[in-house]
Amino acid sequence: MIELRNITKRFGAHTVLNGLNLRFDAGSITAVLGPNGSGKTTLMKTILGLVRPDKGEVLFAGENVVGTSEYRKGVGYMPQIARFQDNLTARELVQMIRDVRENPSATREDELCERFHLTEHLDKPLHTLSGGTRQKVNAVLAFMFQPPILMLDEPTAGLDPISASSFKDVILSERNEGRTIVLTSHIMSEVQELADTIVFLLEGRVVFHGAATELLGRTGEKTLERAIARLLQESSSQRENTMRDNVIQETAQ
Amino acid sequence: MHFSRHTAPTLLLLALAYATAFAKTHEISPSAKGGVIARAIASASTGDTLRLRAGVYKEHDIVVGKPLHILAARGDELRVIIDAELRGSSMVFVRANGVTMRGLALRNVPISYMNDNAAIRVEGAQNGVFENLRIDNALFGIYLATSANCRIAGNVLRATKGNESSSGNGIHLWKCDNITVEGNDVQGHRDGIYLEFNRRALVRRNTSQGNMRYGLHFMFSDSCAYESNTFRQNGSGVAVMYSRFVRMTGNKFEQNWGAAAYGVLFKDITDSYMAENRFFKNTTGLYAEGVNRTIIERNEFVNNGWAMKIFGSATDNIVRFNNIIGNSFDVATNSFDNENQFIHNYWSRYEGYDLDRNGIGDVPFHPVRLFSVLVEQQQSSLVLMHSLLVTMLDVAERVIPSLTPETLVDAAPMMKRIDIVPEKLFITKQNHQP
Amino acid sequence: MKTILKLTRYGAMNAVRSRWILGYTAFFFLTTEGLMRFGSDSGRTVVSLLNIVLLLIPLVSIVIGTMTVYMNRDFTELLLSQPIERGSLFAGQYLGLALPLVAAFVLGVGVPLLARAGEDGANIGVIVMLLATGKVLTLIFTALAMVVATRFDDRAFGLGAALLLWLMAAVVYDGLMLAMIWLLRDYPLEMPVLAMSIFNPIDLARTLVMLKFDVAALMGYTGAVFEKFFGTALGMSLAASALVFWLCLPFWAGKIVFEKKDF
Repeated sequence: MIELRNITKRFGAHTVLNGLNLRFDAGSITAVLGPNGSGKTTLMKTILGLVRPDKGEVLFAGENVVGTSEYRKGVGYMPQIARFQDNLTARELVQMIRDVRENPSATREDELCERFHLTEHLDKPLHTLSGGTRQKVNAVLAFMFQPPILMLDEPTAGLDPISASSFKDVILSERNEGRTIVLTSHIMSEVQELADTIVFLLEGRVVFHGAATELLGRTGEKTLERAIARLLQESSSQRENTMRDNVIQETAQ
Repeated sequence: MHFSRHTAPTLLLLALAYATAFAKTHEISPSAKGGVIARAIASASTGDTLRLRAGVYKEHDIVVGKPLHILAARGDELRVIIDAELRGSSMVFVRANGVTMRGLALRNVPISYMNDNAAIRVEGAQNGVFENLRIDNALFGIYLATSANCRIAGNVLRATKGNESSSGNGIHLWKCDNITVEGNDVQGHRDGIYLEFNRRALVRRNTSQGNMRYGLHFMFSDSCAYESNTFRQNGSGVAVMYSRFVRMTGNKFEQNWGAAAYGVLFKDITDSYMAENRFFKNTTGLYAEGVNRTIIERNEFVNNGWAMKIFGSATDNIVRFNNIIGNSFDVATNSFDNENQFIHNYWSRYEGYDLDRNGIGDVPFHPVRLFSVLVEQQQSSLVLMHSLLVTMLDVAERVIPSLTPETLVDAAPMMKRIDIVPEKLFITKQNHQP
Repeated sequence: MKTILKLTRYGAMNAVRSRWILGYTAFFFLTTEGLMRFGSDSGRTVVSLLNIVLLLIPLVSIVIGTMTVYMNRDFTELLLSQPIERGSLFAGQYLGLALPLVAAFVLGVGVPLLARAGEDGANIGVIVMLLATGKVLTLIFTALAMVVATRFDDRAFGLGAALLLWLMAAVVYDGLMLAMIWLLRDYPLEMPVLAMSIFNPIDLARTLVMLKFDVAALMGYTGAVFEKFFGTALGMSLAASALVFWLCLPFWAGKIVFEKKDF
């Protein structure tokens, strides 16, 4: 379980996260959605400690972990761009991550490699592997330690349909084992298939946080894609209204 | 019959032996009483020979006032030791013509700040011969004043180093004429070989090294020559000053390395000739101040700090056919005007080309680097030697000369190293010989 | 500490297999061999090498360093998401970058030089000093590269800053020094010049090697002052401190920037 309390982050004059309060529960998959620049990536990076929030706390098992590193033993991260030290082989990379995590007992590596058809590529230098294959290596790195929390940034981007669907099965089975999974995706069908909970961000604020079914119900749409589109429309007209109101107020004064 | 046939020549030989026997030979051995040599000299007659047997003679202030031959007994060469025990003034005074000294070992002549104490001091004498002597720990070694037609050859002189003021010169010639100094080996003196007010001296095949000041100190001596000597690791190198008609050939000036050291210092030298010398690893190879009408040709300047520094009013000199290789600076000068001719030298720094393949570069070579001009202004800039900036400045200066003297130029530099009588020059990599 | 060593090991493993470091080693090796083989004597070779070392090591270290940090940026993010202290990660990445460069230099230059050191009667002191300063310069300029690449996210800007830094240290600083010497040429300048040459690692390295190379005699009184200064324990330890300072300052600054940075 992860909890964010009043997380605020500014880059220069631009407020990327604006007082976020969120909870990600164990045994559920949360999809963080929102248009580009809405703060999805910053949110993920804040949880991972790559970005230091200006204000607020990241609670991990009830403890504020901002500025610490130990808690990341319980976090698996699958970045969107799979780039490594390219002259190492996949096997060496796995060994390296295992070394620095000081967790030599990770045993899922073989199973995962087999599942993703990686075994034959393990001894090739990483720069010779295709983007999809590297993404699979990325997945192995994130999953092999069986961490209670998984952060997946566009996990199926670059994967072929067969791998993608097999990967989605892995994600679901991880959820069923009680892990906390946070993911971002542009593929709404994928979100609909995987996510239990949806967080919709806009300009650094949470616009919607609830079950996927709830979102469909509230917007009256049949698919998540349309529901999201609706949400975006609503919020932009809302913003126009607010702006209009402000103008009226100002002229009234 | 046989006997009578040989009688005539035998008689002749006997007659000759008798004639020479007028000049007697005295055999002398060391004695506990001392003064053996002085007494032998007193009792000998003009032209006699004193043969000294091996052993130690503790004597000093020995005056040789008549022509005598003072030699080591046969087989006792250099085992005849005359020891002044650092007493008296000079060990041997020669005041007569035709004195020969040969094969003796002289030692321990005392330091004096008043007198120029020497192992052998020769004054106003002619036709002296001083050969194959070994002189250790003497203030001055062989000191000739106002003498002529003498020969100083094959001697070995070693001084234990004091400092410059408490030591004297190895071979010292003052106001002499026609002296030959040949094949001597001088080390540890103030100046190895010293010439002042000489005429027609010939200094050749000597080795003068590790002396405190100059290997050769040469002043006011016209019409002299020194050739095929080796001057190595002397405090300041060699100084040749205030002289005309000096001929300098085939010498080696090596490893005179120090803040104020040079291969050769020229000061006020006129109408002289310097050829086939080798300057190797000196701070400055040739340091010339006030040199005129002198030809400098077929020399080698290798791995010196500066190959040549030409200062002051140097005019009408010709510098040609020299090999100037691997020096930090080729030529330095403090003057913008150049009235000397540099031509047909080989400069290892030269980067020109030879389109007509006549062995002569088609582009002139400017041997004065911009950096060396800066260095002459302020020595501290040498910290920047080998820096990228300085390299860039030098390249810029080569393209657009502005601060370097434009007339100091070798208009026809050689493309290849000039072959200079190789046997006279050093073979650098001796360890590469089979 | 263990983590730093692990990161260093894998970083070095990665670097050693890359083409540029092989090229860098080969370049040094061929240059040194070439100079030894075709150069007239070992003294000149060392002077030529000195030029290459002083020019190229800072340039290559800072450029390759900066580019490598940028290239590894995504991988750095992956590592940051691991349970590793940021300080350790920085140190590990620095060493994984710098040590292969040091090794390339030592192999490329040191092996051919030392192999011939005995036979040519070359000055071992010069060779040792050349290798030592080459190593320290690599470490210093790699650390500077880490600062630049961590501080500036824009690659073009960062690379420009790196080149500018190199230019400052390799040329501009000397230009200022020369200008000062020229303007004040009528005054005794030994001590100011000495002070200035200690303050720039490239100048200091060059001075240290040159003094071993008996160039000091060329410098007359200046040389005597320099030799006397660097001959004393105080002078040598000051020079060493200056180099250590130049090593620690960028490393420390880079670490601070790295620890505070949002990726």
